[in-house]
Amino acid sequence: MTVLFGQLFTGVSIGAVLLLIALGLALTFGQMNVINMAHGEFIMAGAYTTYVLQQTVTTAGWSLLVALPVAFAVAGAMGVLLEVLLIRRLYARPLDTLLVTWGVSLMLQQLARDVFGSPNVQTRAPALLTGNIALPGGLTVANNRLFILALALAAVLALTLALRLTPLGRRIRAVVQNRDLAAVSGIPTARVDRTTFFIGSGLAGVAGVALTLLGPIGPTMGTNLIIDAFLVVVVGGIGQLKGSVIVAFALGVLQATGEYLTTLSVAKVIVFVAIVAFLQWRPQGLFTLRTRSLA
Amino acid sequence: MSQFRGRRILAGALILVAAAALAGCGSKTSDEKSTAGVSADVSGDTVKVGLLNSLSGTMAISEVTVRDSIMLAVEEINAAGGVLGKKIVPVGEDGASDWPTFAEKAEKLISQDRVAAVFGCWTSASRKAVKPVFEKNKALLFYPVQYEGLEQSPYIFYTGATTNQQIVPGLDYLKAQGKKSVYLVGSDYVFPRTANKIIKAYAAANGMTVLGEDYAPLGSTEFGTIVNKVRSSRADAVFNTLNGDSNVAFFKEYTSAGLTAASMPVVSVSIAEEEVKGIGTQYLKDQLTAWNYYQTTPGAANQKFVAAYKAKYGADKPTSDPMEAAYVAVYLWKAMVDKAGTFEVEKVRAASGGITYDAPEGLVTVDGPTQHIAKTARIGKVGADGLITEVWNSGKPITPDPYLKSYPWASGLS
Repeated sequence: MTVLFGQLFTGVSIGAVLLLIALGLALTFGQMNVINMAHGEFIMAGAYTTYVLQQTVTTAGWSLLVALPVAFAVAGAMGVLLEVLLIRRLYARPLDTLLVTWGVSLMLQQLARDVFGSPNVQTRAPALLTGNIALPGGLTVANNRLFILALALAAVLALTLALRLTPLGRRIRAVVQNRDLAAVSGIPTARVDRTTFFIGSGLAGVAGVALTLLGPIGPTMGTNLIIDAFLVVVVGGIGQLKGSVIVAFALGVLQATGEYLTTLSVAKVIVFVAIVAFLQWRPQGLFTLRTRSLA
Repeated sequence: MSQFRGRRILAGALILVAAAALAGCGSKTSDEKSTAGVSADVSGDTVKVGLLNSLSGTMAISEVTVRDSIMLAVEEINAAGGVLGKKIVPVGEDGASDWPTFAEKAEKLISQDRVAAVFGCWTSASRKAVKPVFEKNKALLFYPVQYEGLEQSPYIFYTGATTNQQIVPGLDYLKAQGKKSVYLVGSDYVFPRTANKIIKAYAAANGMTVLGEDYAPLGSTEFGTIVNKVRSSRADAVFNTLNGDSNVAFFKEYTSAGLTAASMPVVSVSIAEEEVKGIGTQYLKDQLTAWNYYQTTPGAANQKFVAAYKAKYGADKPTSDPMEAAYVAVYLWKAMVDKAGTFEVEKVRAASGGITYDAPEGLVTVDGPTQHIAKTARIGKVGADGLITEVWNSGKPITPDPYLKSYPWASGLS
């Protein structure tokens, strides 16, 4: 029972990590069809931001809180730079975008190596987030996992509200549904694209801050995660957030259950087989956006 | 008649072809001989040695520090007059964390640069890749990293620990502490799988139970489930053979699950001072490691080594076991050459047995038959300052036994 609950919680928290990473991708890949391989390096940028901030803001708790908005801004700025310099010129050529952003991701990794050195760096987690909460019946819930779950849900909520209620959200939805018609109606689509990219990349930065609580902080930390996040977006369906949310948690629980019953490697195989089978049945993903655009 | 002449011409042509083929064969065999016997170029007043480490790719983190300490040893030896009166000229190559590249660069160092010896390699995979190259060319490799044992090449000197100098003492320590059950966690490749085979054989013979065994792919950073399994197993201790980034994620997860060195200690065999820095002392405090050397190991030789290393590379750079083993390797090679009075590989090998050196880790002795090094096993505890302090040592150097022949419980292995 304890183990079962522990595994369920592990699955949900794997899902939360996937979700945090996939949210940004759901925006940039899902809504603009840009396959951004450098997304993982924006995560890395967020993590290194936490590290740098901890050199100046020495209280671990405060530095983590300060890191969240700062990492969002840093990673977002990097995303905008990438969009303006490269991706904007390649919107009609998805395969080229993939290659170009992959190249950028390698360059960013090397840059991190040159600036911070190739060994991993460490950050101190606030004491509050290293312990766990004991529930009745011998159950425990790790605080850092709980924090990440809350962060992921907050990000989903904020993003949903922004898309539904703000003028910016309306414009983004308009561009997603029909780019040409939106342009004709006077919406500056290029500027909307850039803003979307800022938000999407910024969310990767936030994910990076969260990951400092769980894993290594090093130049290649992003590459380990990016494939799983792409799977979430593809299976979830393009142009919709709720698909990504459901699929992230489903994959997390599937992974944790599979891993518990077999081994980590076999669990990965199970997840991949499940995804392939699912996409055979629903190639368009869990949810699809019905639009009248021809594309 | 014309037909007859035609035949004679044909026969003549055939003979020519055969002769050419024979000549070709002949030149080929003589070629092979010359590469097989390729000897180091020591004609001038210098002698070249090869440095073969990954300076790029995933292993660069660790291997760069090994390269640095080899360079330190080379400089010190040169400053003291060199080897047999010749200055050492290091020739560096980048193995790029890619095993075929290691083999290619080894061949280049031996055949083109004609080095007298090569120092380097870290992963067992890279060592296995270069082994045939050194054996074919009858050239020398000094391998400075602890490994899974069960190997003995006549052209490799193993200056890191073999299993009976690291893993077995680690288990002995746990047994002496009254730990009756262990959980095995490792990365999914040759070293952890071989090590765990040995651990299971040891456990069966020593009344310990292995409650579980889990492997994570190299680079894996999601340890929620594994830690959950470890925790619910209620094992007395964990034996950790994870490598690289996975250790960071594992220990963060371990700590947040409420497990500590007091409730369930972890013995790690791949976490040295450099790795402690990357994981964070917050997560590693009081956990155990099994090595043969720590930066804090007492003794004048180590004080000198640490001071020289920090002076050259920076005060914040820690020294670790593989770095020390690489540093010692250069000095051992010098001692062998001095004793042999020549750089010739076979004579150097013949002179190697019984050579001792007052290393930073304490006295080490080259074991002639196995070409491993007798060294002292040391169990350490990670302190709040990120350094590892010794809590137990074997008291005297342990004779290397790569095939564990002197351990009855290990007879079913290899």
